[in-house]
Amino acid sequence: MIEKVLKGNSKYWMWLAFLSAFIAVGAICYLRQFIIGMGLTGMGRDLSWGLYISQFTFLVGVAAGGLMLVLPYYIHNYKVFGRLTILGEFLAIAAIIMCLMFIMADIGQPLRGLNMMLHPTPNSMLFWDMMVLLGYLGLNIICAWVILTAERKQVKPPKWVYIFVYASIPFAVSIHTVTAMLYCGLPGRHFWLSAITAPRFLASAFAAGPALIIIACLIMKRVANFDAGKEAIKKLTTIIMYAALVNAFFVGLEFFVGFYSNVPGHKHALQYLFFGLEHHGILYNNLVPFMWTSVFLCFGGLALFAYMKITKVYNELLIGIGCAGIFIALWLDKGLGFVMGGLVVSPLDEIVEYVPTANEIGITLGIWATGILLVTLLFKIAVDVEHEVEA
Amino acid sequence: MDKQRRKFLKVAGATALAGISAPAVVKLTASDALASSEHAAPAADAHEGANGHGDAPKGIRLGLVIDMRKLYGKPELLDKAVAACNKAHNIPHFDNKKDEIKWIWKAPFENVFPEHSQYHPADTAKDNDFLVLCNHCDEPPCVRVCPTKATFKIEANGIIAMDYHRCIGCRFCMMGCPYGARSFNWFDPRPHVKEFNPEFPTRMRGVVEKCNFCGERLAKGLEPACVEAVKEDEAITFGDLNDPESEIRKVLAENTTIQRKPSLGTKPSVFYIV
Amino acid sequence: MYNKGTIIPGLAIFVLIVTSPLWLNAFMTGSTVPKVELPPGGETKCIASATVMRSSHMQILNEWRDDVLRDANRIAVTVDGKEYRKGLQMACMECHTNKEKFCDACHEYVSVKPYCWDCHLSPTLAATKKETL
Repeated sequence: MIEKVLKGNSKYWMWLAFLSAFIAVGAICYLRQFIIGMGLTGMGRDLSWGLYISQFTFLVGVAAGGLMLVLPYYIHNYKVFGRLTILGEFLAIAAIIMCLMFIMADIGQPLRGLNMMLHPTPNSMLFWDMMVLLGYLGLNIICAWVILTAERKQVKPPKWVYIFVYASIPFAVSIHTVTAMLYCGLPGRHFWLSAITAPRFLASAFAAGPALIIIACLIMKRVANFDAGKEAIKKLTTIIMYAALVNAFFVGLEFFVGFYSNVPGHKHALQYLFFGLEHHGILYNNLVPFMWTSVFLCFGGLALFAYMKITKVYNELLIGIGCAGIFIALWLDKGLGFVMGGLVVSPLDEIVEYVPTANEIGITLGIWATGILLVTLLFKIAVDVEHEVEA
Repeated sequence: MDKQRRKFLKVAGATALAGISAPAVVKLTASDALASSEHAAPAADAHEGANGHGDAPKGIRLGLVIDMRKLYGKPELLDKAVAACNKAHNIPHFDNKKDEIKWIWKAPFENVFPEHSQYHPADTAKDNDFLVLCNHCDEPPCVRVCPTKATFKIEANGIIAMDYHRCIGCRFCMMGCPYGARSFNWFDPRPHVKEFNPEFPTRMRGVVEKCNFCGERLAKGLEPACVEAVKEDEAITFGDLNDPESEIRKVLAENTTIQRKPSLGTKPSVFYIV
Repeated sequence: MYNKGTIIPGLAIFVLIVTSPLWLNAFMTGSTVPKVELPPGGETKCIASATVMRSSHMQILNEWRDDVLRDANRIAVTVDGKEYRKGLQMACMECHTNKEKFCDACHEYVSVKPYCWDCHLSPTLAATKKETL
């Protein structure tokens, strides 16, 4: 099936070339970081996790988001998602590969990465995160490939593959739960030390993943003659609405706990993210515009969806705008605010703001471009197989 | 023919997979891995108070008492202790604050003890810097989170040590440490070391480092470099916290001491008399 | 045979690339077996015989590393009444003060790149930034 990626029209190749340019820049930036050192990033002694880890965290969510397609189809036999589940699985594969790339970009001694397996340490959440991520990656590769092959041959998928399909469902939940546990079990990091971190991650994942799939479907309808079906898209927007609302509700709860308890550690991060934090007469508020953009995009997207539901309008442009809004909102919330907000007050009660450097952003864009390229190739395979079967 | 080939491929694949995962499984089932998870898990003790301090564990547990009363108004003594450590351990100096490497350093009271901040602090707290270093906790969160056991507790003496050969530089320990005691080598440290101590290595780029309670000096029967530097003023007492006859226990018994962030349950081994 | 014109040159190039180490070895000089010398101080004894040291110094160093760092066992090794502290800098380089000859000559010859010297200081390097009183 892999040969499908080698045939495409000029637009397809232009798109791949466009992405490759970013990948090339990212590779050069990474080479610089590899040779000169992690000091080329904006991270430092007091704020030692940054853009890479936050992208990793967000993308684990995107990978887990595929669950919202797999679960209704395989457990509830919701046939409408039939054409979409494979996209959810392929998206998960690409997202996890991006996660692994971000981890490799983030560690100081990437060549020693295998130490994680040579010296397995069950008390470290990072060890378990590696286990569930590799497990979920393997499950998705098996499921997607076997089911797509069966579809191409127009036979039923072998029965054994359903064991892997069902196993992938708890795995999807586990990847984001364990990723949340990287954060929420650390003493002294008050913003993260919250039992609601994992549920909040899952809620935002179940909105961000499907939003990305809708955007991809709308694009593919125009460029690849692939129609996911009106009903499937509508159902997905409903899922996104609920998930985004639950996420907003959880953020609201964090606000209540922080500000009503008035415990400084619990409210500092939120204060910094949304209003700016004053310390020794200096106001630190780098992220305030980003966080309010996130709030407006999230509720704007929700309002747009609600309007379409109430008036029973089905407008693909509006759906696309709504999905993009919510996706960006959740990226700002989790892919930017969560990590940086949680680290802004150092263990010695100093305030250190983080600004990523150009080199760091170059690597980040390069990895994103690699992921989008992978998604393009995988979706091309899926869509071409569909076309072949139809023909 | 074809069937045989498929069978062969299946068996070969399964064998390869087993081969790859075997070392991990073997190590996990070996007692070593389990032992480390045991002591890393917080002890459930029936008599624990709010800060989790129950009965003190047995065995040697090295610790420090820093008597700030003897250091007030003498910032040069703090500098002396810091310089002694920097020299003993080939610690590099970076001008940019974000690249700094610090094993022991000085900081204002409100930063060292943020939970003790108040509107009207004592003059001693306002006017003086305090010494800060790794607390060599009895329940170290950094050890709990390390994915490769590159940082671990030496059971023989309670020191929280680093194995720089193994560290992958994920900086999870820096997230876990609530005391900011760990530094990451953002650049190659060597060009930034002022003078080399030929008895001690430097570190390399991309690993995390921290105070080692001068394990290499203890082996020679010496006290830690910082303790020795302020010896004349008897400002720092070093010793075994579990030995009721030790000098450090006498100091602890005779004075009211405080620890940094005791409410986090890390049980620090560094105490302050303020 | 189809595509004879491409296949045969292709095969020839392939064989040439695969056997390139042999050709490089045959036509290039400079890879002579390094000469072994005694340390500059004239010391003739080590913790084990030269054969053992040659074949297993890496295992010994790994054991020492784990002893010293992980198990807090820094007790010196005593061989023939002489004490050796466990450590690359503290034992080996005390006698073999010439890392360039003692370590690098053979490591380069067999093309291994141990990472010892990323952290550990060779006597030459340590002398470059000496205590200035």
